[in-house]
Amino acid sequence: MAISRRRFLQGAAGGGALLIASRLPDAGATMSRELPPHAVGILYDATLCVGCKSCMVSCKKENSVPGGALYRQGRSEPPFESSLPGGNMWDAPRELTGKTLNIIKVYKNGSAQVKDREKDGYAFFKQQCLHCISPACASVCPAGAFRKDADTGAVIYLANRCIGCRYCQLACPFGVPRYEWDSAWPEVRKCQLCEHRLKEGKYSACAEVCPTGATIFGKVTDLRAEGKRRLALKPGEPYLYPLNRVDSKEKTLRPASRYVKQLYGLEEAGGTQNLLLSGISFDLLGFRENIARFDLPSLTWAYIAKIPWVFLGVFLGGTAIYKVTHRNDREGKP
Amino acid sequence: MIDTSKYLGPRFGGVVNRLLDDSHSEYLGIRLVTPFTLLLAALIGIAAVVGCYRLWFGIGAASNLNDLWPWGLWISFDVLGGVAMAAGGFLIAAAVYILNWKKYKCIARASILNAFFGYLLAAMSICLDIGRSFVIWHPLVMWQVNSIMFIVAIHVVLYTSTLGTESSPMLFEKLGWTGALDKVNRCMVGIVLFGVLLSLLHQSSLGAVYLIAPGKLSPIWYGHYLPYMFLVSAIMMGISMVSFETILTGKVFNHQVPMEVIEGLSRGIVITGVLYFCMKAGHIASGIGFGAVFDGSLLGNLWLIEMAVGVVLPVGLLAFGQVRRDPQRVFAADIMVILGVLLNRLNVGIFGVSEYATRSGGDYFPSAMEFLLTVGMIAFAILGFKLCAKYLNLFPTHH
Repeated sequence: MAISRRRFLQGAAGGGALLIASRLPDAGATMSRELPPHAVGILYDATLCVGCKSCMVSCKKENSVPGGALYRQGRSEPPFESSLPGGNMWDAPRELTGKTLNIIKVYKNGSAQVKDREKDGYAFFKQQCLHCISPACASVCPAGAFRKDADTGAVIYLANRCIGCRYCQLACPFGVPRYEWDSAWPEVRKCQLCEHRLKEGKYSACAEVCPTGATIFGKVTDLRAEGKRRLALKPGEPYLYPLNRVDSKEKTLRPASRYVKQLYGLEEAGGTQNLLLSGISFDLLGFRENIARFDLPSLTWAYIAKIPWVFLGVFLGGTAIYKVTHRNDREGKP
Repeated sequence: MIDTSKYLGPRFGGVVNRLLDDSHSEYLGIRLVTPFTLLLAALIGIAAVVGCYRLWFGIGAASNLNDLWPWGLWISFDVLGGVAMAAGGFLIAAAVYILNWKKYKCIARASILNAFFGYLLAAMSICLDIGRSFVIWHPLVMWQVNSIMFIVAIHVVLYTSTLGTESSPMLFEKLGWTGALDKVNRCMVGIVLFGVLLSLLHQSSLGAVYLIAPGKLSPIWYGHYLPYMFLVSAIMMGISMVSFETILTGKVFNHQVPMEVIEGLSRGIVITGVLYFCMKAGHIASGIGFGAVFDGSLLGNLWLIEMAVGVVLPVGLLAFGQVRRDPQRVFAADIMVILGVLLNRLNVGIFGVSEYATRSGGDYFPSAMEFLLTVGMIAFAILGFKLCAKYLNLFPTHH
């Protein structure tokens, strides 16, 4: 009996060592903090936005085709928020939802007379996935249902892996992932940077239709440079704003607005691929001030990296304690 | 008693006969058909209907959860609370099998079974809480080691099996399967060690789940030490739960355990309670400061209630030797600890994120179906424990 127990403990220790070996933190397990080689994104300049919402229409239409982020088999129409009896569809989403990946909202204060002014002014702003460089949603998903594209850096959702735990919703600092609450087999919905269109050589549908250059698509490094150039402009100074794409030949000349001196997305949550510029404080537009300025997955990794040591400690310590506490009654025990 | 071998044949009927034989527990005086048991059965039946409704019509139809409140009562109470309540299992198992503290042997089986039901409750609730219940096995084959939820999922599966194995000798004894009994008993030390490991990791990882949300969970609860606070409070709650359940079975089942067991458990509560108090007070003092909890705000008051009911009062009471020797007063202190730690889990899971969600326009109060399912789960645990006490040899040693 004593021998077989010892043998068992040896086996248990061996198994523990094996488990440790298979779980040792390796470089591939942690989330990268670097921009992918061909990272692309969107720069949204709220001072240029006129609130026409064409980006919302285009987003819904272009994402309802196979491969799109709103596609669902057997659904021919884009998913609208509501429909009137008789089949007349209408759509006026007030929030990001399981049917809306991209939304233009308005900030209003007092008499709302002047655009991009905090007091007695108004401003438009755009909410969608910001495509973090080190996405919290991808790090927390227990089944790996979020993947950051190694090339473009788009954060993509893989419905066939999802178990529906909604940890991504808790983890996302920007409150972006939305759930199909009305479905019996729900999916998480969020902007995927029109990844299916990127593959076809096209680019994000919202940027393609923006008439004022408020939403432009491009390489993240170019977008950052463009954003910094705009922040350096003096209010009223004429500037050639590119349309649709940051590298576009088509530009519109207009005086620069007064910007808040912050390129949102440069540091937030460790950096995001989508960037924002605004004429009023981002806090007023629903972008929290208390967002961490570092990559969130490092918070949990600090805990996970300790797990192998707990394995080792419990097996070695437990075996040692067992040996000590049972040294006297080894003979007598059944 | 009905001889089922007449209807089911000698082989299968014999096994059923042995399972239904309750002569060894007659001294406990457990009656099955009582108003209370019928009520439990009714609650379980209602919860089963709710569970089917939830599976058929989806999570949105059954609950009041929404995009800003993705987690509600089921996660906070059933999962976080249920698992914390089950911490007694690994502690008593470790005390008996590893530390060789023989006096706790008389409550080992009951504590482990208790923990088993706690975990079953959590596992069933999480199965219904996730939106795609039928693919709940995905994390087991689609590993994602950056995810705390992956770690939690693996632990729930492994530890529920471990607890089942730790409880299995009772069943094997009953069936007279000596071969299987012998095998399990031989491996018991290793299994218990494995259970200790899984519990330490699982209890703390439930706190670690919230590490990723510094901007959402109120700083009154959020901190880098959240996993360790979850672990220590679970240990305190686990010991209280064992003590509570020991005194309760003494009251209702004619089963008495020596007073030194209860006293020992109370001492454990005091030690972990003092440690927990230091951690919680240190967390507030080094973080947002005590001004934030004494400012009369809802969250501040909840923190104060959680600490007063769950830690300060019971630990203060149990610090006195004469209280520790009085089962009635120990019983009251146990209930306070259990309620206090449950409130802590609700605070972290529901109230702590309310500021974020409310500011974003979110609102949540559990739906009737959420409540009914939770109540049914609790009824299931109580009735299951009662059935096991009647039909299995739960209290092997007489006193």
